[in-house]
Amino acid sequence: MRKAIAFALLTLCLCLPIAAAAQSPSQPPKPAQDGFVPIDQLAPKEELPAAPLVMAAYVIAWLIPFVYVWSIWRRLDKVEAEIADVTRRIAAGPRR
Amino acid sequence: MAKLFTPAVVLIAALFAIAPVLIVGAPYESTMGLVQKIFYFHFPSWMAMFAAVFVSGVASVVFLATGRKGADALAVASAELVVVFGLIGLLTGPLWGIKAWGVWWSWDPRGTSALVLWLVFQSYLLLRRFGGPGSERLAAAVALFGMCNVPFVYWSVNLWRTLHPKTTVVSSLPVSMGLPLWLSTFAFLGLLLLLLSLRTRLETSRTRLDALYLALED
Repeated sequence: MRKAIAFALLTLCLCLPIAAAAQSPSQPPKPAQDGFVPIDQLAPKEELPAAPLVMAAYVIAWLIPFVYVWSIWRRLDKVEAEIADVTRRIAAGPRR
Repeated sequence: MAKLFTPAVVLIAALFAIAPVLIVGAPYESTMGLVQKIFYFHFPSWMAMFAAVFVSGVASVVFLATGRKGADALAVASAELVVVFGLIGLLTGPLWGIKAWGVWWSWDPRGTSALVLWLVFQSYLLLRRFGGPGSERLAAAVALFGMCNVPFVYWSVNLWRTLHPKTTVVSSLPVSMGLPLWLSTFAFLGLLLLLLSLRTRLETSRTRLDALYLALED
């Protein structure tokens, strides 16, 4: 009987740290790779470091297309002005 | 085409206005939290880039087979858009990575293969800019090579060990996350079409200008 109790206590002593280690969040969870699990609330302390990164990404996603549209308009204006100039020169005929 | 342009601009602008509202309302991801919301414009920018790669590749094949100038103009226009949308993807990825993985950039298969694809189209544009006469046929072959790389870039996360989320993430999304993602993707694809029509117009105007200069010399 004593042996059985001693064995049970020993087993419990060995298992407790393992169970505690399994439950304790000693490491942050690994970022999801196979599927995204939605949650409703976020810890307030986590929102701060991520917010500037999200905002920066959003600004990039807006700014790059705007700059590109501006560059196309600029190039298009230049080419169309040149077309008008060359057309005028052709219409004026060859110089003597 | 010109009649459709203004309604298309209004529609795309509306999609871009609604998308942030849906993105803010979407739930947080359990392991990454707020930073995962970068996904809603990171993924669409890659989709727009892949679409532009296919347009450039197919137009290049048509140009190589038929010699049509219109196909070449479309290939150049979409190659430039590959670089534009790829740049958005390449810049937003590290902003997500620094929070999720703890590093700005890791040479993982997805990031590296996407960077190589982006560089292939940069080389296409450099070839067109500095290659001189006849470079358009060589550039078309480069675009075709770039198009063949797309499947490797897309499935790289499933084929090799990587930190990057796998392709299954998108198909397994709940409606609350899927709706903002697909709306944002439609907005980006619509933007791609608008920019493609503008850029093709520029290329067509350049071809016309070249023809006018030749006429002036004659």
